[in-house]
Amino acid sequence: MDLIQNLGIGLGTALQPGNLFYCFLGTLLGTLIGVLPGLGPTATIAMLLPITYSLEPVSSLIMLAGIYYGAQYGGSTTAVLINLPGESSSAVTTIDGYQMARQGRAGPALATAAIGSFVAGTVATFIIAAAAPPLTTIALKFGSPEYFSLMVLALITSVALAHGSILKALAMIVIGLLLGLVGTDIYTGTPRMTLGYLELADGINFVAVAVGIFGVAEILRNLENERDREVAVTNVTGLMPTREDLKAMAAPIVRGTLLGSALGILPGGGAVLASFAAYTMEKKLSKTPERFGKGAIEGVAGPESANNAAAQTSFIPMLTLGIPANPVMALMIGAFIIQGIVPGPNVAAERPELFWGIIASMWVGNLMLVILNLPLVGLWVRVLRVPYYLMFPAIMAFSAIGVYSINTNIFDMYSVAVFGAIGYLFYKLGCEPAPLLLGFILGPMLEEHLRRAMIISRGDPTIFVDRPISLALLLLSAAALIIVFLPSVAKKREQVFVEED
Amino acid sequence: MTFNSKDAAAGALFILLGIGFGLNTYLTLDLGTNIKMGPGYFPLVLSGALVLLGAGILFHAIHVPDEAWGAVPWRGMFFILLGPIVFGATIQGLGLVPALALIAFIASFASYRVSPLMAIALTIGLTVFCVAIFSYGLGSPIRLFGPWMQAVGLGN
Repeated sequence: MDLIQNLGIGLGTALQPGNLFYCFLGTLLGTLIGVLPGLGPTATIAMLLPITYSLEPVSSLIMLAGIYYGAQYGGSTTAVLINLPGESSSAVTTIDGYQMARQGRAGPALATAAIGSFVAGTVATFIIAAAAPPLTTIALKFGSPEYFSLMVLALITSVALAHGSILKALAMIVIGLLLGLVGTDIYTGTPRMTLGYLELADGINFVAVAVGIFGVAEILRNLENERDREVAVTNVTGLMPTREDLKAMAAPIVRGTLLGSALGILPGGGAVLASFAAYTMEKKLSKTPERFGKGAIEGVAGPESANNAAAQTSFIPMLTLGIPANPVMALMIGAFIIQGIVPGPNVAAERPELFWGIIASMWVGNLMLVILNLPLVGLWVRVLRVPYYLMFPAIMAFSAIGVYSINTNIFDMYSVAVFGAIGYLFYKLGCEPAPLLLGFILGPMLEEHLRRAMIISRGDPTIFVDRPISLALLLLSAAALIIVFLPSVAKKREQVFVEED
Repeated sequence: MTFNSKDAAAGALFILLGIGFGLNTYLTLDLGTNIKMGPGYFPLVLSGALVLLGAGILFHAIHVPDEAWGAVPWRGMFFILLGPIVFGATIQGLGLVPALALIAFIASFASYRVSPLMAIALTIGLTVFCVAIFSYGLGSPIRLFGPWMQAVGLGN
């Protein structure tokens, strides 16, 4: 069977000693930043992107992928032990996970999260392997009109699935698109919106934007109320869940995995939405919903499976179409480009060892994560006690050297400061930063395909509705937009995220 | 009249940004035609969309209860944002070691809880750690000491 054969190629790559090492390093770093609040995978991957110059393409991508899904594991440890989500995707785990810890069941809670994540990771790996080839075949038939419509769909659904005001998210996308267009126009060579700065001729540095908005602005947010972190549980004993625990967690893990896998593929979905949706679903399906919030094991098993599954399946649009589903995937595209590989449908055919190696490494990485997180949980408890004020000088130093290394351009350093301030301002105004970054990466691609499509059609915009695939994608976008504005759906949409507050 | 000041401010900001981008585009760039879009075509469309969205947000802010803006960490903001600027201004002249030390030291003061002595210890530790990883471990080509350091016998 092709699937097995392809995964065999992948495992052959992923199990090479060097790649095993980078997979381990990635998952270790991911767990670490997952445990440490205030430092998320987006900022970390942005900072580490320059390091990957010197690595083999497949090793660097395996490591970066490990950071992303590793952070989902680490985030749950913090959520259970100190009632603070290490990652936003673990926010719902705090509700029941921390209650379990207070009842002396921190061990089973952590074990549930790890088992759920591992099952989800394994299933998601197979889903990616099965879904990638057919999608790649379709994608090879795409022309400019299809790509344009696909990106419109990606941007619209990312708004629909994000939380908070839809209008604000749309505005953030448009700002991102505009900022992405700053620089020299590829068709005419005209400098655009550079305000006379020669340094902006090549555009604003994407990594500087990501580090500013997700790294620096996050530090400022955390400085608003500095507080000590209380580690409620200092000694985790009895990791083994009981037979009843295993029985109670089985169905939620399966449901969470399926829901998470589906939501991960959607652009803009990813881990955060998946965990919230899984929690809501478990609570709805439960015969005893009143137990939720008081240490229900289903409230840990469902969301933790869902966020890990979604983190992994969100690689599908990136690997097959070259379209990022979320800011982390946008950075992964940056990593491909640094290595001289154009992400998209050709990668699977031209570099099968790379393509399948990344996919297979996810399963290997998940296995490592179980070992990293369960027997070594005591180590992470100690990491939890690192006070935050010791962390941000380190984050700033790493960001500086990381961003500067990319182009050795000092202008990029000023961009970091400017985008840090902008990111914090938007946070104060209640605007989510993720759509901006997604718009920023898609801006140039969107415009290029629009212009190409208009040249093909001799200026006739009906080309987008004359071609069936393009029409279908646009109809889906319109439907998504209409649905989220329906009053009843708008209300439901708020409810999905309400647990956070 | 009740209105949500956060939403109103966001809406106003988006309108201003849209007008700014739009004017810049309209005045400096060729719009082209539908067949051959010029460099200004798409940015102008986006600017218009931004103004409309901003207006929508502003309109929606009316009759929505106001919410608190929360504390602003002015001291933290000053030191955190100063860090990358100083790093950028000194990395080529002073080199990697002093620039790293500066950004770590400056950032330390963002928190009320870090005493000067702790800041110095943190700075030394972080600088050694970063140089070990980036310069020796990963072979980063950035000079450890730049031309401004010649006076003290370092750099070249």
